Amino acid sequence: MKIVAICGAGIGTSGILKVNAERVLNRLGIDATVVACDLDSLTAESDDAQVILTGPEFLTAIGRTFADVIVVENYFDTEELSDKLQRALG
Amino acid sequence: MALPPLPDDGVQLGATAADWRAAVALAGAALARTGAAEASYADEMERMIDEHGPYVVIAPGLALAHARPGPEVLRDGLSVVTLETPVPFGHPYNDPVRVIIGLAAGYATHLSVVAALANVFNDSDAVERLAAAASPGEVRDILGAPDDYPSEPLDVA
Repeated sequence: MKIVAICGAGIGTSGILKVNAERVLNRLGIDATVVACDLDSLTAESDDAQVILTGPEFLTAIGRTFADVIVVENYFDTEELSDKLQRALG
Repeated sequence: MALPPLPDDGVQLGATAADWRAAVALAGAALARTGAAEASYADEMERMIDEHGPYVVIAPGLALAHARPGPEVLRDGLSVVTLETPVPFGHPYNDPVRVIIGLAAGYATHLSVVAALANVFNDSDAVERLAAAASPGEVRDILGAPDDYPSEPLDVA
């Protein structure tokens, strides 16, 4: 399974989402690849993605997609991430 | 996974900023003082927020100001600015911001830097403790960041 973390620069905030998502998925025993990218590379990366992780600012820009879009409020709250990932994947 | 050094010059505690632009500018100026970035990197950090909104406010009270790796990044670096009076960035959940982390990093190294930051801030008290820090040394202790660059400048890979 593929998960894409999106932010404006493709480094920094999406990197934090990627790192924390990997920790949570590992804890949940879910096998997935998490890719961090910026909006410009989203179309290429999200083609085969099951989940997109992002902040509320990017919802409109992400637009229509087959992936489940998870909006993260606190990027460091692994419980929030865990709950939302489980709901999307469950 | 270690944080880049955070020299005293990279820390400004109890600063005054009229708005989010001023707060981001302070974090950028601190990155320039430590030699991590050109002064113009601050404009890039501001432009990211103008372009995409306040997405850098990634946790309650905390902004991670950063821009893309580019010629303005001279070496991996951090800055920390705490505000006397918190300022709103216009974020729906995490306003107002009391602590701004400035981040300058190369493509090859940014993931290890943000992983180290995640280690620090996955502890939900960390923002509170940074906001209350009274010295650059205390900030370094909270982050687990070394205090200075080796005499040979680090290459940004």
